[in-house]
Amino acid sequence: MSQPVELPRWLDLVVLPMVNLAMAFAVSAVVLVSIGQDPVQVLVLLVKGAFGSRAGLSYTLYYATTFVFTGLAVAVAFHAGLFNIGGEGQAMMGGLGAGLMALGFAQTLPAWLLLPLMVLAAMVFGMAWAALPGALQAWRGSHIVITTIMFNFIASALLIYLLVNVIKEPGNMTPESRAFGAAAQLPGMHTMVGWIGLDWPRTPLNFSVLLALAAAVGVYGLLWRTQPGYALRAVGHAPDAAHYAGIRPRAQIVRAMALSGALAALVGINEIAGVHHRLMADFVAGAGFTGIAVSLIGRNHPLGIVLASLLFGALYQGGAELAFEIQGFSRDMVFTLQGLIVLFAGAMAQVAAPGLARIYQWLRKAPLAQASHG
Amino acid sequence: MRAIEKRFGAVHANQAVDLTVAAGTVHGIVGENGAGKSTLMSILYGFYQADSGRVEIEGQPARIANSHDAIALGIGMVHQHFMLVETFSALDNVMLGAEPSWFLPAARAQVRARLETLIRDTGLAVDLDKTVGDLPVGARQRLEILKALYRGARILILDEPTAVLTPRETEQLFITLRTLRERGTTILLITHKLKEIMALADAVTVMRGGAVVLDSAIADTSLDGLAQAMVGRHVHLGRAADATPVHAGAVLLRASRLQWRDALGVPRLADVSLALRAGEIVGVAGVSGNGQSELLDALAGLLVPQAGTLEIDGVCFTPTHWLRPDRARDLRIAHVPEDRQRRGLVLPFAAWESAVLGYQQRPRYDRLGWLRQPVMRGDTATMMERYDVRPRDITLRCANFSGGNQQKLVLAREAFPQPRVLLVGQPTRGVDIGAIEFIHGRLRALRDSGGAVLLVSSELDEILALADRVLVMDRGRIAGELPIEQCSVAALGRLMGGADAAQAAA
Repeated sequence: MSQPVELPRWLDLVVLPMVNLAMAFAVSAVVLVSIGQDPVQVLVLLVKGAFGSRAGLSYTLYYATTFVFTGLAVAVAFHAGLFNIGGEGQAMMGGLGAGLMALGFAQTLPAWLLLPLMVLAAMVFGMAWAALPGALQAWRGSHIVITTIMFNFIASALLIYLLVNVIKEPGNMTPESRAFGAAAQLPGMHTMVGWIGLDWPRTPLNFSVLLALAAAVGVYGLLWRTQPGYALRAVGHAPDAAHYAGIRPRAQIVRAMALSGALAALVGINEIAGVHHRLMADFVAGAGFTGIAVSLIGRNHPLGIVLASLLFGALYQGGAELAFEIQGFSRDMVFTLQGLIVLFAGAMAQVAAPGLARIYQWLRKAPLAQASHG
Repeated sequence: MRAIEKRFGAVHANQAVDLTVAAGTVHGIVGENGAGKSTLMSILYGFYQADSGRVEIEGQPARIANSHDAIALGIGMVHQHFMLVETFSALDNVMLGAEPSWFLPAARAQVRARLETLIRDTGLAVDLDKTVGDLPVGARQRLEILKALYRGARILILDEPTAVLTPRETEQLFITLRTLRERGTTILLITHKLKEIMALADAVTVMRGGAVVLDSAIADTSLDGLAQAMVGRHVHLGRAADATPVHAGAVLLRASRLQWRDALGVPRLADVSLALRAGEIVGVAGVSGNGQSELLDALAGLLVPQAGTLEIDGVCFTPTHWLRPDRARDLRIAHVPEDRQRRGLVLPFAAWESAVLGYQQRPRYDRLGWLRQPVMRGDTATMMERYDVRPRDITLRCANFSGGNQQKLVLAREAFPQPRVLLVGQPTRGVDIGAIEFIHGRLRALRDSGGAVLLVSSELDEILALADRVLVMDRGRIAGELPIEQCSVAALGRLMGGADAAQAAA
């Protein structure tokens, strides 16, 4: 009989993920050797590329920012017992909301008013895009996995239609809007660091990274410290008990999805308001799906999600460096590495647990046995 | 089994346990939850390895490393939670893992022939072609026994076999087990229902705290003796001898002509009316599935009937504006649900989180949306102390408490705000005898302090021990009401079977 193994907390939360990561890297090393690369050199370059310079670190953090948003979005829905695969579409709608706000008011409103309004618009758009499938599930029983996937396609189609037919800049060949005015641009890290008189290289890292940290803290507080979070988790773990407790499961489903969508929508702020300063078609680039992996590896906990986002950010940035530095090393290799990490730290996260438990027990018993003999 | 020892970490689950079972007898093993019965049986069946000690089967030393070894030695086990594939037919379930041929039609024919002989010899009637999901619980259990016998079991271990059965199904099971005994099968019966042991077993072993405290032929012992050995002190489960007739006070809750049909149009509540008065315990008896659960749910606000009214404290509710669960709590109606694991607790929550379930929006626990964790933790500690919940660990996940302690936690939570009406469903289902006595005491105390208790239970003994008057439900209607003085198992049984009150009392 295979029963779930109960490990002490520190083993479960610290050692086990480390072991999983080590396994992923070990298998990656085998793959690398088999294609004639030196795994040590690759690892060193990867780490150096991701953390070795201020520019590299900034890129890593910029990627991580996006993953924190989508990871938190998946986690919030998960705690309510829902699997939100619609982060991609919700992020697009977030960008659309922020973009429309910027295009409409960049000439008339000052930055201190416009930027919060853009954040708000993004969140409202993302909320609506997630709450709709939520309501369909709550009252009509349409499965959220199916509807959120379909909403991804609808969001994509809507965004392209608007870009091509309504808000495309005349004379521009690519489907994108005109650049926003200065008031709609979120300050970059180099600007912000410049305010306190320090020097920082010019990178896409922007104010959104602080927003991501605040979101992580906020999600933690909401889920575990507040009464609405309590209700949300109760519905996720035990819908019948929640009903018994006077919590309305349907309202909770819509609420959780709305919050999830609002978090995913903040990707639009990082990319549209923070980096590109114009509305464009493919700014999400799969981050919505990466969020699922991030949340899985981060055990649906904000702290875990921040760490997993850093890991994925480092892989994105370090991987880009690798493709640049090493002859014959393509980005596909980096995707392989990411896949292995998702496999070992996410899908097979508990595989090493029984072995670890046995080692732990053996280590504990050994001194005892010695004592009784001595 | 000789000198069996087993430790789990700090817990000494079995200490120097000796167990001798004569062939062809029914041997009862009783003990409270956590007394080590299940561990011992798991060692016999090869789920666990004993730290030391030895097992002999039919005089031969046996090494049982896994359940395959156990089956090869002729040991079969029927678990409390059945191990059946619900989407397979009964026949396929027996065959699963023991297919005599790779060509399934041929295998089925062989297995069917052998099974039909077995069914004829033992009287274990099961429709072999039905999907297991469509079989009633009693038939699933017979199928489990057939499965074990088909695999050549001469020693049959039954873990709490009657926990899920109706009284009728229990009787049938006992007839079957007696037949099996006559055919020479040895039966090990794990239970904490002492009456069943007295009715069926030839010998009994009582365990407490991981050790054997009594080993005796059934003729040499008594119900009281077993109960005392099991709990380690004298227990009294019947009606208190000095129980004075209570003087019921004002009506606290009145339901009139409740009607509810399920999705298939079957009436589950048919014209049900009742009133609960301060200072009384009203028992609701009946074969389970005759509307008792729906009645509880309707009164607790979990189910909206299609017709009828409910009056609480001067507030009148109708189906269009029915009571909601949170409103019920505001009106000081507490509810201990029948299914504590699915409804009463959020199993992955820590004890201190589940201990405010339903009350989480009270200002006591909620300040502007923030949970007041210190208050929650403090109250949980108080509840655990008052209701003797073990272990006293407010951070332990609810799933890790034993059934009896989960029940005590739910009861503690519902009694904590001192409700005026307490709705209780199956308060002692699957709970060991010491905890039953405790829970009964608490329900009486609540009544004595002026509360009204509605007690739904499928255990007639429990209703007879607690109630001041008894309603009997049959097919969704109230078949009759008897004051406790006129109640007997026979009278209630007649009402449950559809007789009217005048006949029943006669």
